[in-house]
Amino acid sequence: MASDPAVGAPKAAPTAPKSRRSVTGTRRTVAALFLLPALVLLGALVVYPIGYSVVRSFYDQSGDGFAGIDNYRALFTDEGIRTALKNNIIWVVFAPTVATALGLVFAVLTERVRWGTAFKLVVFMPMAISMLAAGIIFRLVYDQDPDKGVANAVWVGVHDTFAESSAFPKAHPGRESPLEPAGGGAFITTGTVSAGDTVTLPLVGVAPDLMPDGAKPAAAAKPEDDRITGTTWQDFTRGEGVGALNRVDASELGYPGMRIEAVRDGKVVETATAGADGTFSLSSKADGARLRLPASNFAAPYNGLDWLGPSLVTPAIIGSYIWMWAGFAMVLIAAGLAGMPRELLEAARVDGANEWQVFRRITVPLLAPVLAVVTVTLMINVLKVFDLVFIIAPGSSQDDANVLALELYRQGFSADQPGIASAIAVFLLLLVIPVMWFNVRRLRREVRR
Amino acid sequence: MSATKAGAPAAPSVGAEPSLGSRLSQWVSGGLVRVFLIVIGLFWLVPTIGLLLASLRTPRDMAADGWWTVFTEPSQLTFGAYETLLKNDDITGSLLNTVCITVPATVLVVVIGSLAGYAFAWMEFPGRDWWFLAVVGLLVVPVQVALIPIAELFGSLGIFGSLTGVVLFHVGFGLPFAVFLLRNFFAEIPRELLEAARLDGAGELRLFVRVVMPLAGPAIAALGIFQFLWVWNDMLVALIFTDSGSQPITVALQTQVRQFGNNIDVLAPGAFISMVIPLVVFFAFQRQFVSGVMAGAVK
Repeated sequence: MASDPAVGAPKAAPTAPKSRRSVTGTRRTVAALFLLPALVLLGALVVYPIGYSVVRSFYDQSGDGFAGIDNYRALFTDEGIRTALKNNIIWVVFAPTVATALGLVFAVLTERVRWGTAFKLVVFMPMAISMLAAGIIFRLVYDQDPDKGVANAVWVGVHDTFAESSAFPKAHPGRESPLEPAGGGAFITTGTVSAGDTVTLPLVGVAPDLMPDGAKPAAAAKPEDDRITGTTWQDFTRGEGVGALNRVDASELGYPGMRIEAVRDGKVVETATAGADGTFSLSSKADGARLRLPASNFAAPYNGLDWLGPSLVTPAIIGSYIWMWAGFAMVLIAAGLAGMPRELLEAARVDGANEWQVFRRITVPLLAPVLAVVTVTLMINVLKVFDLVFIIAPGSSQDDANVLALELYRQGFSADQPGIASAIAVFLLLLVIPVMWFNVRRLRREVRR
Repeated sequence: MSATKAGAPAAPSVGAEPSLGSRLSQWVSGGLVRVFLIVIGLFWLVPTIGLLLASLRTPRDMAADGWWTVFTEPSQLTFGAYETLLKNDDITGSLLNTVCITVPATVLVVVIGSLAGYAFAWMEFPGRDWWFLAVVGLLVVPVQVALIPIAELFGSLGIFGSLTGVVLFHVGFGLPFAVFLLRNFFAEIPRELLEAARLDGAGELRLFVRVVMPLAGPAIAALGIFQFLWVWNDMLVALIFTDSGSQPITVALQTQVRQFGNNIDVLAPGAFISMVIPLVVFFAFQRQFVSGVMAGAVK
């Protein structure tokens, strides 16, 4: 609504002069009184600082000595500022485009469900809250511990569904064990096995709370003629130490899911997986082989991604920005969509175009101006991103997440480098000048009517 | 819902209509769209729900496991953190500061912006349109440009660290948008209306107060809500221009973030309290908020 009136055709009758000449024949002093507060404040708080920053950016730290372009050179040579610059480029390239693309997809799809308005409300809601609150929300989301941070909880869940997770971290042979280290974290029996044998593969060292939920009291394996049977279990009785060494005691738990390989001449000839009570059974192919517990049984459990670590921190914060701003793109694009000639879409459908073709060939081209405005608006916005980075990036990776607005704050207000900070400010201003120019040009045509 | 839509009219309808196969694929894709949107909706909701539930658990529970544990152990829920927080003078004081910054900064922008917007729309003076274009040009100036110069300016005026300083800063940077929005709105007021009022003997000020302002309701609502939320949610400006006595809630909470894990019992409820007003405004004035945001996102 707000910016539309200016764009619409003049509503006044064509005979009336289009000018908005004063109705009352205002004296200039009255006009000046109406304008004075705004112009004074704008002059002192917006225009004057621009001039001040430009001048200040050419002076050194103390402000007494002329420094030429040294401060600007620092923008491209100082390691920290270069990281900020690089991150800003990543931000400007990815955040606006992804947010706009998502906004487009949401706007088009919500038209096809009845609860589209409710969906829009949910996605638009983050626009109302502060970046500080959003930052706190996402600090919580990105918590490294999969038991606390929802991002890693989901990620680890997905990961463990597709990749087998190891169940027995830190398990290792106890005293007088029939097992010995086989290198790389695996363990192997000291002797070979033959058909009809029952084998015991005791280990110790799995913390009680890390034992799989399905573990049952271990059972001694029954011998079978043509097979090799055995038990692998936690040979540890609470309160009594190992209990009977290398023997299955009543309260000791089996290792469900432990993978066992029979190895002969360096080749795996047979494999088995232990049941809930730790028993397993191998065919006679394993005759004469040694039994190995491969290292995959003992690797530390997968702990998810280090979202806020040096390499992922910027994409992670961009994710939170998109959470905030995709709704903005969606609402603007939906408004554009509502103003689109429906007959055109219908005509294309009647001619046999499928939904994707309609979207690709008609919707997107017609929306191009809106998409451009949204993307450019977000780009300006992204240039100035500060709060999210300041809040979400933990101290340890804040240097890696640095952006220009944050660097300006640091240089100007904690490193006491107002010269460099001013150069950053002027640099940011230069980047938005094309948009400024575009705004003014577009409005000049309207103002003059 | 979708099943009846796709299934029922299939039998006797027009022969040239899409075949059963294409209807089936349409039904499937309709279902996929719903599933997709539900998943996305959850994606958008879960972070906020997480914060809410986190704020309703004790720090000890938070240190032990994730907020979703409350779904299996609802007895964990407690308002304890909120009670402690509202007894914390720093937090309540900073909430009050937020109000004391936001309300004047909003009212001043609306009043000063209306005066100037009206002058640009309906008064005559040399270079009127050029002045207006200059103000429009200022729309995209990043606040960062002004931080250092204004800090020095306020320092020499002795208002650095005071509420006055922050309010002034927000007014300055709120004005370009206010003038832009209101001038465009005022310019659309039919000339006949103003002339009629003029013939009744209204002077310029009377015309402005009695005729123009009452017509500007929607624009002022959009502007007011936008500016209100903008200032309420600001952290950067207040971080620089306030001191410990005048800091708003965003700055007070920000100081706790460095030790995130230990301070979660302050941060989670604090963030939620700071969100309450914006969310109420958002749900109560959706339409005005949307139009304000749509017009004002250039900031």
